[in-house]
Amino acid sequence: MLRLNCPFCGLRDHHEFAYLEDASVQMPSFEDTSEKAWFEAVFLRKNPRGVHVEHWHHIHGCRMILRVERDTQTHVISKVEAAHPSFRQRLNDVNDETKLIRKARSKT
Amino acid sequence: MTGFRLDKGGLIERRQKINFRFNGQQVTGFKGDTIASALMASGHMLVGRSFKYHRPRGIMSAGVEEGGALFNTGDGAARVPNVKGSVTEISEGLRVYSQNVFPSPGFDLGAVNGLFAPFITAGFYYKTFMGPFANTKFWMLCERFIRRAAGLGQASREADPSTYDIANGFCDALVIGSGPAGLTAAAGLAEKGLNVILVEQDFECGGNWLATADKIDLASRDQLLARISAAGGQIMTRSTAFGLYDGHVAGVIERCTDHLSEPHPVLPREIFHIIRAGHIILATGALERGLAIGNNDKPGVMLAHALTHYAGRYGVMPGSMAVLATCHDGTYEDAVYLAKKGMQITLLDARNKPSHLHKKAEAAGISVMLGCVPVNIVGGKRVAGVEFGQLGAGDKVEDSRKVIGCDVVGLSGGYSPVVNLLSHRGVKPIWNERLQAFLSGKTAENIYTIGAADGFYDEESVLLSAKKVVGMLTGKPFYGRLNRGWPTSIRPLFEIRTSRKLKCFIDPQHDVTTDDIRQAELEGFTSVEHMKRYTTLGMATDQGRVGNVLGIAAMADALGQSIKETGITTFRPPFTPVSIGALAGRYSGAHWAPTRRSPMHHQHIAAGAVLTDAGLWKRPWYYPHAAETIDDAYIREAATIRQTVGMVDVSTLGKIAVQGPDATTFLNRIYINGFAKLTVGRARYGVMLRDDGMVLDDGTTWRLEDDDYFMTTTTAQAGPVMQFMEELLQTRWTDLRVHLSSVTDLWAGMAIAGPLARNLLAQAVPHLDWSDEAFSFMAVKQSTIHIADTEIECRIARISFSGERAFELYVNADHGAMVWQYLTDFVARFDGCLYGMEALGTLRIEKGHVTAAELDGRVTLEDAGFTKMASDKKPYIGSVLRKRPHLQTSDRPKLVGIFPKDKAHRFGSGSVLCAKGQVAGFGEGWITAVTHSPVFGHYIGLGFISGGADAWRGKPVIIADPVRGQFTEAEIVSPHMFDPSSERQQG
Repeated sequence: MLRLNCPFCGLRDHHEFAYLEDASVQMPSFEDTSEKAWFEAVFLRKNPRGVHVEHWHHIHGCRMILRVERDTQTHVISKVEAAHPSFRQRLNDVNDETKLIRKARSKT
Repeated sequence: MTGFRLDKGGLIERRQKINFRFNGQQVTGFKGDTIASALMASGHMLVGRSFKYHRPRGIMSAGVEEGGALFNTGDGAARVPNVKGSVTEISEGLRVYSQNVFPSPGFDLGAVNGLFAPFITAGFYYKTFMGPFANTKFWMLCERFIRRAAGLGQASREADPSTYDIANGFCDALVIGSGPAGLTAAAGLAEKGLNVILVEQDFECGGNWLATADKIDLASRDQLLARISAAGGQIMTRSTAFGLYDGHVAGVIERCTDHLSEPHPVLPREIFHIIRAGHIILATGALERGLAIGNNDKPGVMLAHALTHYAGRYGVMPGSMAVLATCHDGTYEDAVYLAKKGMQITLLDARNKPSHLHKKAEAAGISVMLGCVPVNIVGGKRVAGVEFGQLGAGDKVEDSRKVIGCDVVGLSGGYSPVVNLLSHRGVKPIWNERLQAFLSGKTAENIYTIGAADGFYDEESVLLSAKKVVGMLTGKPFYGRLNRGWPTSIRPLFEIRTSRKLKCFIDPQHDVTTDDIRQAELEGFTSVEHMKRYTTLGMATDQGRVGNVLGIAAMADALGQSIKETGITTFRPPFTPVSIGALAGRYSGAHWAPTRRSPMHHQHIAAGAVLTDAGLWKRPWYYPHAAETIDDAYIREAATIRQTVGMVDVSTLGKIAVQGPDATTFLNRIYINGFAKLTVGRARYGVMLRDDGMVLDDGTTWRLEDDDYFMTTTTAQAGPVMQFMEELLQTRWTDLRVHLSSVTDLWAGMAIAGPLARNLLAQAVPHLDWSDEAFSFMAVKQSTIHIADTEIECRIARISFSGERAFELYVNADHGAMVWQYLTDFVARFDGCLYGMEALGTLRIEKGHVTAAELDGRVTLEDAGFTKMASDKKPYIGSVLRKRPHLQTSDRPKLVGIFPKDKAHRFGSGSVLCAKGQVAGFGEGWITAVTHSPVFGHYIGLGFISGGADAWRGKPVIIADPVRGQFTEAEIVSPHMFDPSSERQQG
């Protein structure tokens, strides 16, 4: 089974998650009225062999949506991060702070 | 001579006798015996019949590769088919039955199939579809015949009475196999502080050390086991790692109770362990393969090393005179060991050059015949001798037809390392020419193969291969050279062919012979994967452990290419058969899925409600009085609501709190209709689309505060709506400050509907003003209900699904039962009733209100009649793609009402709507819901038909139910069948 390292909850089995969508697709802006743009975003998908970026929903956990990099050939998951940019930034900040605190502690 | 027990030796408890029954006859064995060893010791050599030709079958091996000794065990519901006698422990009172026999293994009527052998070779079944039989029913006849004859054992048709469990495990290192390599690795890793789990499929640890049951070996084993336990390692016996999966996850089945004589009070029969490991070490050993020679399936023909296993571990000899045939050094050890145990041995070695063990063998009194190979087994229902020949120039066999008399034959064509588990990970095994075996390819995962599983056969190399992995994983690399294989190299030997036409079996379970392989080649099935499927080689319960390589070699030979070029089929889980019950664990019956109950569940039961499933929910279906049928009850309930008042549980509706400064903007984007101007204290009915423009869901959203909304969804779509909204906020509209919480389980909901609903509530909740002016249609109030001394918070909206004056009332779920009980008394005072899903359906069908039956994901706004609701002043989800031209055509099926022409006629949902005189195919539309309407006094329906009601005005249609042979004439009407101007609900 796939195991995803949720940045909020830790390493969990795939049963806790729901696959949502191909995260490489850029949805048109809300106001965009181009049928072609919406058609392409909703219906057209690449089927790459190799690293694929996708959204997974931690539906039986924190309910956060995660941006996952998964190799479609080997199922190796190389990256899991929050899909929402603000959460992603905040998590990075927290990690940096934690590192700094640890560093400071190790010096004293 | 038949098999017998040696006076001493073996890992059996001779003081502990165990009695069991074999085909009704009592057999006595000892604790530590398998079914096969106990049967062999008591002289049973013929233990079953083969699957296709019903040829006599004996015990062939001492492990999971067994192709002959397959049994049914147990009776009735507890019957288990295809039990391998070679690995299954005996227990007191165990009932063991031969398979494919009638009336007995010795005299079997099915053996007549053998006479038809030329007609039922490979691909026989497929051919019944082709040639002269094409487009005939002949294959059906054959199928009936094949089905009866096929399927090895017989599974019980009764429900499995056993319980099973699923357990989740975690470890740093999972070691699979407890032979010398596995034990050494597990002990080394555990002592370095790793959390180790060791799994062993046998009931004893030791692997190949068990075969000779040598005292020094067993002492080494015990010492290693003690070291593993002392270091905190977990040792699991009777546990098969049946599959490896992504993320270093192993599926392991632990058999807990089958070996017990008495049922266990607590333990389940089997536990399915899902083990997540940091590293996986495969110490799965190697399995011996036989030789494809004539009549090699005769009882008494075994794998050479299996003879050692029976003599050493169980103290059982299958006979007293053996011919062993080999092409490698391994069998010399077996010959010497068996000779010491008193067996008279002739060893045929296909190699001309003497092995380094040649002298040792001769010293043990074994007659070694170099350059000789067995050709054919002679005898009736068991071995009487071996015809052998000399291997001449160009591998030609000079078939002398000379016979060596014997009662046992041990064949060995080499060893096949067990590479199955790594193959589950997509790692293709690679043919090693020097070892004449497939070895695992490279993997980037943390999976390592050690011991015989990696082609190391001498004990020193086996132990070093384990230590090497321990060193690698604990940061102390080990640089030593290890040697695979044997000192004197193996000679390739698979099928031994002469000019004689003999049946050489390679898959004794499926009766596949080398001729079948050649036939597959002739007919063009030359890829190994095609060959496997066409001949069914390796598709029986042993998964071709003995025969696979022989089959591949035969195909390579037929194609004139090497084994390496021919390749091997992919192994897939499970390694050995797994009980389906174990995979289900406790998730069966009522526990197959969770059950969701409304907070008023027990009130419904007490009121005599009949429940129905709505997704995971249990909902009241109808509340029958006395002897009412479902039809009587729902028609009465629906009629009562139109006359007085009724109350229904709506707690199952999805409820979502949408909060935050941008909540209004968010709702305005996801609903097709405007939400920007909804004021606090009002609710609005809204419809949502998916991105592709199809209807996702409908429901009401209440504005409680400026930045606080209470959204309700349909019961069915609650999950998908929540998920979609979270997706929008976290991936698409990340600038919107909105928070969503599912509050479905926090609120108990009840709808009070009917002309007297207002009067009822005015009495029950007297402090609120219920007049039309104060409480207009779609008004929302947050208030309290007073019951005795309890003050209960509530939210009430004047909303109607029934088309009557109606109120939806939500209270804290903990108070749901109390409020429901309180209001039920008022319902009775107003001559009203409680109503269930069926009457709810009646009321909404009369009104043409849609539910999940209509909104099936293929319906547009136009189809469902929502077009006028859609705002053209703003974009919303789906607003672009819903205008795709082909969704706008006028002939799309649209929501309509359906009346039968003859009002006495009844019809069913799911029926097809056809134009009169054109009843064919998918017709013009379909019916989604049907009810008996008390206000009309006849059956009515909702459905979809091309072009909608306008296109069919005055045109007769036929409601076609061809399966039941019912055809009813009907007329198409507007879906808003009752009170189309909605005067009743808006008052």
